[in-house]
Amino acid sequence: MKPFTYERAASPAQAAAAAIQMPGAKFIAGGTNLLDLMKLQIETPAHLIDVNRLALDTIEPTQEGGLRIGALVSNTDLAADARVRRDYGVLARALLAGASGQLRNKATTAGNLLQRTRCPYFYDTDQPCNKRHPGSGCSAIGGVTRQLGVIGTSDACIATHPSDMAVALRALDATVETVKADGATRRIPVAELHRLPGDTPHVETVLEPGELITAVLLPAPVGGTQIYRKVRDRASYAFALVSVGAILQHDGTGRIALGGVAPKPWRVEEAEAELPNGPRAFTTRLMAGARPTRDNAFKVALAERTLGAVLNEARG
Amino acid sequence: MHSHSEPGLSRRDLLVAGAATVAGSAATGPAHAQDAVNTSSMDTVPRAPVHAPVRFTVNGREHALELDTRTSLLDALREHLHLTGTKKGCDHGQCGACTVMVDGVRINSCLTLAVMHEGADVTTIEGLGTPDRLHAMQAAFVKHDGYQCGYCTPGQICSAVAVLDEIKAGIPSHVTADIMATPEFSVDEVRERMSGNICRCGAYSNIIEAITEVAGRAA
Ligand SMILES: Cc1cc2nc3c(=O)[nH]c(=O)nc-3n(C[C@H](O)[C@H](O)[C@H](O)COP(=O)(O)OP(=O)(O)OC[C@H]3O[C@@H](n4cnc5c(N)ncnc54)[C@H](O)[C@@H]3O)c2cc1C
Ligand code: SF4
Ligand code: FES
Ligand code: FES
Repeated sequence: MKPFTYERAASPAQAAAAAIQMPGAKFIAGGTNLLDLMKLQIETPAHLIDVNRLALDTIEPTQEGGLRIGALVSNTDLAADARVRRDYGVLARALLAGASGQLRNKATTAGNLLQRTRCPYFYDTDQPCNKRHPGSGCSAIGGVTRQLGVIGTSDACIATHPSDMAVALRALDATVETVKADGATRRIPVAELHRLPGDTPHVETVLEPGELITAVLLPAPVGGTQIYRKVRDRASYAFALVSVGAILQHDGTGRIALGGVAPKPWRVEEAEAELPNGPRAFTTRLMAGARPTRDNAFKVALAERTLGAVLNEARG
Repeated sequence: MHSHSEPGLSRRDLLVAGAATVAGSAATGPAHAQDAVNTSSMDTVPRAPVHAPVRFTVNGREHALELDTRTSLLDALREHLHLTGTKKGCDHGQCGACTVMVDGVRINSCLTLAVMHEGADVTTIEGLGTPDRLHAMQAAFVKHDGYQCGYCTPGQICSAVAVLDEIKAGIPSHVTADIMATPEFSVDEVRERMSGNICRCGAYSNIIEAITEVAGRAA
């Protein structure tokens, strides 16, 4: 690990301002992703701003009837919250399907959204990787790609976003609330938070330098049957090959987001009109333009079957 | 560098090493906190190790340390406080050998910095019980042969104690069938909740038996 200076942030605005004043600064929350990457020198911040003591660890009702989840609420606390379990089951289920008990106790809402890819070549610092070293090339393309993305990818990067929680938040139409370095606040739909790689896979979100996530806002509950189904290589403590976050209504309508297939939670609202026509029709629309590799073409079929299983489960 | 000793600081605490680290890089302009390119360009700036004070309680004893900011909580426990019961397996959050309790909650001590734990209350395997006064979970692991080489065992035991607390606290798991219901102890629940603790020797079935016995006793 490279040496770094360390400070405890006093307020969200101060943290954001400090992040652009100090060269090479990064926020640290749970640290479960950042420290992993710092040990491998994939991340080499010169300064860490510890945001853990900011009072951003509560879940409050909003005037619109939804919930405001503080950026520092742990994944465990969020999944265990009675309101989340009752009204946003897909979110509780997605959180519980991720990582391990120990990690969920530390992992935070904002940190989970901003965790970086698990592409094995991104982790292997001996290999070229456009995300780690822009312009160095993508080792995954032509390499072992079983875990990697099938849609939304580019010729520069085919990595997936690994978060389970983000898939549920996308299905729930959640919004991220931030404070920028100049103290201004804004709201960003989760749908727009993560960028597709294009030619610049190292730029992963629309957040500006120093911009701090302060909360995630859930709209008023929409009811329905909420399911999170994760398919992975072992029954627990593994990242998704494919996951489906679903909110299904009795009239056959619904909202579906997929994990494990794309550089961001994958949802195509227009495709949802096809839901009453069955999983094949829906998946064909959802995955239109997919560019799987030989190793991960199975993900397209797996997505359709997982969705079929979810629709069956919803019908009871 | 200024020093501080009071836990639970509210003021801004800027711990800057030698002026060289910061001043030497100030000319590079604003940092892009979310931008990988910019942070990796920091590699060219030579950096000296930075030390910072931190105080926390471990197994009921308060410690004041002056640590390299890079020190994980795990390394602070093992290398600085010589509490070597907590083990380092992977150092990347993948095995659970380093599991300890911080403020009553189990975490991987390898994936957190010691300096982040100002004022914290840490419990390690040494704090659960002693050789002549074993914690019920320690005794059950011995009775049921819940280990072979024993390397994963301190982490397994800390995790197991926390798992029973988590079930009691009503925290659901991936295998809890009705997410609104209060979770109940079952072998499936324990398997899922213990999945963050890997045992290379494969002592899993005996580990489950040990935990089941303690859960029965506690119920
Ligand atoms: C072995 C292992 C298995 C895992 N399995 C899964 C899994 O199955 N599913 C899954 O979804 N995840 C999994 N994870 C990932 C885990 O969920 C993430 O590491 C965790 O959610 C990150 O949260 P954190 O608070 O620790 O983030 P940190 O590591 O503290 O931060 C991550 C990033 O977010 C930035 N950041 C943090 N807070 C803020 C903020 N408020 N505003 C702006 N930027 C911020 C940091 O600067 C950093 O870049 C796994 C991790 C490990 C180690
Ligand atoms: S897929 Fe993306 S993260 Fe993986 S090696 Fe290629 S550029 Fe790097
Ligand atoms: S040493 Fe911490 S999880 Fe393996
Ligand atoms: S007893 Fe050897 S690793 Fe678990």
